[in-house]
Amino acid sequence: MQRWFIDFAERIDDGDPIYLACEECGQAALPPRTVCPECSSRALEERSLSETATVTAATTIYSSTPRYADETPYTIVVATFEEGVRLTGQLRGADEVERGDDVLLDAESDGDGHWLVTFTPST
Amino acid sequence: MTVQIAGVASTEFGEHPDSSTRELFTDAALEALADASLTPGDVDELYAGNFIGDLIDDQAHVGAMAADYLGARQAASMRTESACASASSAARSGAQAIMAGDADVALVGGVERMYAAGIQEVTDALANAADNEYENKAGLTFPGIYALMAQVYLDEFDVSQEDLAEVAVKNYENGVTNPLAQRQEETSVERVLDSPPVATPLNLGDCCPITDGASAAVLVSNSFTEEHGIETEVSFEGSGQSTDSLALQDRPDLARTRAAERAADQAYDSAGIAPEDVDVVELHDCFTIAEVLAVESLGFFERGEGVRGAVEGETAVNGRIPVNTSGGLLAKGHPVGATGVAQLVEITKQLEGRHPNQVDDSTIGLTHTVGGSGASCVVNVLRAGGE
Repeated sequence: MQRWFIDFAERIDDGDPIYLACEECGQAALPPRTVCPECSSRALEERSLSETATVTAATTIYSSTPRYADETPYTIVVATFEEGVRLTGQLRGADEVERGDDVLLDAESDGDGHWLVTFTPST
Repeated sequence: MTVQIAGVASTEFGEHPDSSTRELFTDAALEALADASLTPGDVDELYAGNFIGDLIDDQAHVGAMAADYLGARQAASMRTESACASASSAARSGAQAIMAGDADVALVGGVERMYAAGIQEVTDALANAADNEYENKAGLTFPGIYALMAQVYLDEFDVSQEDLAEVAVKNYENGVTNPLAQRQEETSVERVLDSPPVATPLNLGDCCPITDGASAAVLVSNSFTEEHGIETEVSFEGSGQSTDSLALQDRPDLARTRAAERAADQAYDSAGIAPEDVDVVELHDCFTIAEVLAVESLGFFERGEGVRGAVEGETAVNGRIPVNTSGGLLAKGHPVGATGVAQLVEITKQLEGRHPNQVDDSTIGLTHTVGGSGASCVVNVLRAGGE
């Protein structure tokens, strides 16, 4: 995996997740951006990201790539944070979630350099 | 009108176990050149769309391979890659080369061979169009990405899975009479709903097949047609291409394809037309939900109403705005790197009046091709009435 993603996932794993905020237009973004995707400013500041998010969409995957083929079915969640960014991760601790449910952010490593964002229902 | 379409061809779409990328491309290109009454030696520039050849066949440098095996080594050749919109980028690039005065004859096409790999390997290769770190590595597949878009759409606009399935029913029905289509059989809402789940809420019947195939078109300048006495019936009238975030998660609305909206606006402006001027459309229905989002992006339906096209027959061959009269990606098949030119081949046949599902009095046709989950989109506009 790319170094920037490992760094990003390790911050989640440490309980100190981050996102990028544009000091010019306020747009929220995810690393490793140098340029604001909305206003092209380079004034992007690293800020703390909440560890709770809300489910925007979820899908249960029945047919997958070789890495995950033996783990189907599993559920992928896109969750929205109050700071304005969204993240994609695998659901843990439940088989499914509904749009609007609250989930907790976490990250997993397979010990071999592969990191994965996860979400767990918060209730 | 500075670019004319002198010839078009597609191979049969489906399984070609005994062929290869280079042979499929050559087959389509030779047939398109014959349709134009030209030879490989006439080609100034060659643009070949191809998406996953280096992953499936261990073969990149597809532009040179295509020109070499076509017997067109004199040509400037290049592979274009915009994921599933690769061939539409090839067509756009060829037209631009002619409009710029750099070429008189541009051979544009695309090729993909997918069957040779297993379904898991193909799923893995196609996932390269998504964001590798944020999406693929998390286990989000391509059907999964469109499933997320579908879930948001169905929830926000009170649309049912049955409604979505009507898109497949329509396109399969069109494919029955297309001799080049991969699936020449009808389907039903029940069959789609009863097919195995791929990524909820999408079932196998909501998904296009994996496909081997190639398509090609010969674009020529006005001056070349005059000098060589070539008669054409269709012109390449305009084009647009735009970009959105690579990852679905970075879009403010997951069920809206902004790159397609921008590409369509550009294409309409460059062709000097409006959505209501379009008579026939081939668009990117890789999944049933994709057709619904596309007809809205192209301005044929208001947001949230796109599914009405299939449910109420407005996008049928005899409807208000016929969509995917070829069977679309769902039935015709989707050799990913060839699809954009395959669509152009179908629209050219419509505007020439020789399509198996002929739309009466069609003058303006449009192709819409999406790369990835919508990070790229190319819209090309064709018009009947050549030189």
